[in-house]
Amino acid sequence: MLLEGVPASSGIQIGTALLFHREDFDVPTYTIDESEIEKEIKKFESALIQTRKELEEIQSKIQKEMSSIHAGIFSAHILLLEDPMFVDEVKKEITISKLNSAAAVKNVVQNIIDQFSTMDNEYLRGREADIRDVVSRLIQNILGKEKIDLSSLKKEVIVISHDLSPSDTALMNKDKVIGFATDVGSKTSHTAIMARALEIPAVVGLGKITSYVKTGDLVIIDGNRGRVLINPDGEVYEEYLIEQSKFQEFEQSLSMLKDMPAVTLDGTHIELACNIEVPEELSSIQKYGAKGIGLYRTEYIFIRKRTELPSEEEQYESYKEAVEKVAPEAVIIRTLDLGGDKFASSLGIPADVGSMMGLRAIRLCLQYPFIFMPQLRAILRASAYGNAKIMFPMISRVEELRLAKVMLDQAKSELEYEGLPFDPNIEIGTMIEVPSAVVTADILAKECDFFSIGTNDLIQYTLAVHRVNEEIAHLYEPLNPAILRLIKQVIDIAHENGIWVGICGEMASDPLVVPLLIGMGVDELSMSPIAVPEVKKIIRSLTVEEAQKITQVAMSFSTANEIESYVYSEAMERFPDVLMWIDHRLH
Amino acid sequence: MKPAGLLVREAGKYKSKISVYKDNMEHRKVNAKSLIGVLTLAAGKGSTVTVLADGEDEEQALNGLEDLIVRRKFDEE
Repeated sequence: MLLEGVPASSGIQIGTALLFHREDFDVPTYTIDESEIEKEIKKFESALIQTRKELEEIQSKIQKEMSSIHAGIFSAHILLLEDPMFVDEVKKEITISKLNSAAAVKNVVQNIIDQFSTMDNEYLRGREADIRDVVSRLIQNILGKEKIDLSSLKKEVIVISHDLSPSDTALMNKDKVIGFATDVGSKTSHTAIMARALEIPAVVGLGKITSYVKTGDLVIIDGNRGRVLINPDGEVYEEYLIEQSKFQEFEQSLSMLKDMPAVTLDGTHIELACNIEVPEELSSIQKYGAKGIGLYRTEYIFIRKRTELPSEEEQYESYKEAVEKVAPEAVIIRTLDLGGDKFASSLGIPADVGSMMGLRAIRLCLQYPFIFMPQLRAILRASAYGNAKIMFPMISRVEELRLAKVMLDQAKSELEYEGLPFDPNIEIGTMIEVPSAVVTADILAKECDFFSIGTNDLIQYTLAVHRVNEEIAHLYEPLNPAILRLIKQVIDIAHENGIWVGICGEMASDPLVVPLLIGMGVDELSMSPIAVPEVKKIIRSLTVEEAQKITQVAMSFSTANEIESYVYSEAMERFPDVLMWIDHRLH
Repeated sequence: MKPAGLLVREAGKYKSKISVYKDNMEHRKVNAKSLIGVLTLAAGKGSTVTVLADGEDEEQALNGLEDLIVRRKFDEE
């Protein structure tokens, strides 16, 4: 059987499937005998007690390690378990409809959620996530299921899942997972980014792969074309073995570029840096011939802790490791960018405030100094060991940048008072990912040392497209004329104001976009380490003048489609081998 | 904890049957001991609610709830 999806991370992998299933609302439903009613009610009641106990444990842990405000969320969860409207309805459903208890819970909850969703009250609609959270725990306890945990894998597997959350990927055993395939997702969803970071082939957006694959099936993941083959016949299997070795040859040809500089044919140097998601990737930087780190993400420390905030000391050790590893090259450390799709339940912040336009990233940090200050201090302390820069995400107005700088100064004076070393002249960067930041780039440029354009969010905010919504995912267009104009505007304004500008979104490593970015005069490109060789190959195949011409023509078109087919034909002439192996469609 | 949770907590302390409704919609009254029920009232800040109690400790229940809603204003101030 062959399934087609979105190629998220290149490479070919052949292996055994592991169906990783989160117990959402997929529960067995069957009718029971009169005589079993009492037994099912008992089952429900003891699951209630167990779930309550689990929640109280989590609550007291959070209370101890964080604060009672955060623990309060779980009090509401516990109240739901005691709710007469819920408990009585479930018992009624078991007795009258003669349903097994798990199915009864599921039905009753669905009714409640439906009732909530019709109400014109955002707070209430937001409670749906809380209810689902409690109930999936409850159903798991009724069914007596052990949650599969990807941290304790013994054999190499290809993980097949509906989706993978940041906490799933953060906790998994990286040595044993050799591929991903998921029902949902796009090139820029978390699973895809993570797969590229870990250098394992992945295909996402497959629709219903979880209903076709069983644990133990033989699967082939073709991350170049976006295909997954389930239990292929002998002939296809042989073909893929050959394909796999050909691809490895191509990768070897790229590795020859490792020690060559990233310069255009006419000698212009472009800084190539890496996006680092987890410390495990630090060793890849040199392996792929990159220089420094253009985006050091700090979310993993917060996600891995699960139920408490990481201490200043832990953060300091982590940042210091990265700074020392790449010295004398730079590490650009981005402050916490949680919220949106990277929401961490460990912070105990209600899910409804974590949306794309909600209390996330710099907003969250400015609101909660108990999260922000330890991180600022940790980054400053790490800056004593090499070349660290600091960067603030999701700046949408200059006041946020100013306030963040005030807090940074506060952290500096604390450290000075305590006699701890740091780099007093640490460079400060602004991430440009909200359209208002592009429009006010001239104002922001006067108050910071560099810009880094986060193209993923910039595209989403500018085109009003949430990339995880499959219905509209095709509207996420990196080559939309609006996006190209905004990027050009930022680069021009940065240079007018004498500061440098980098790109750290997915666009920085897109073979069709790189010529345009060179043509616009970008100073630095930061990408996942694995993409560095091919981008270097592209840079080394053009002159700046050619790139400027391509950019000028591309920007004269009216639609993303026209731009794409034009840039594709130009790219085919100059670096066909890169395109042959790497998916040329942009999404 | 949010006001709805506090209300349910307080109502849960009493043996009486306690119900609550918004504005004049008595036909849509809900069990005050149920968080889901109270949430479906969708009684935002500034709305008018009526509390009914029936049972052996009805007086104490009404006093306790009045204290929470009117005097302590859900401890929000």
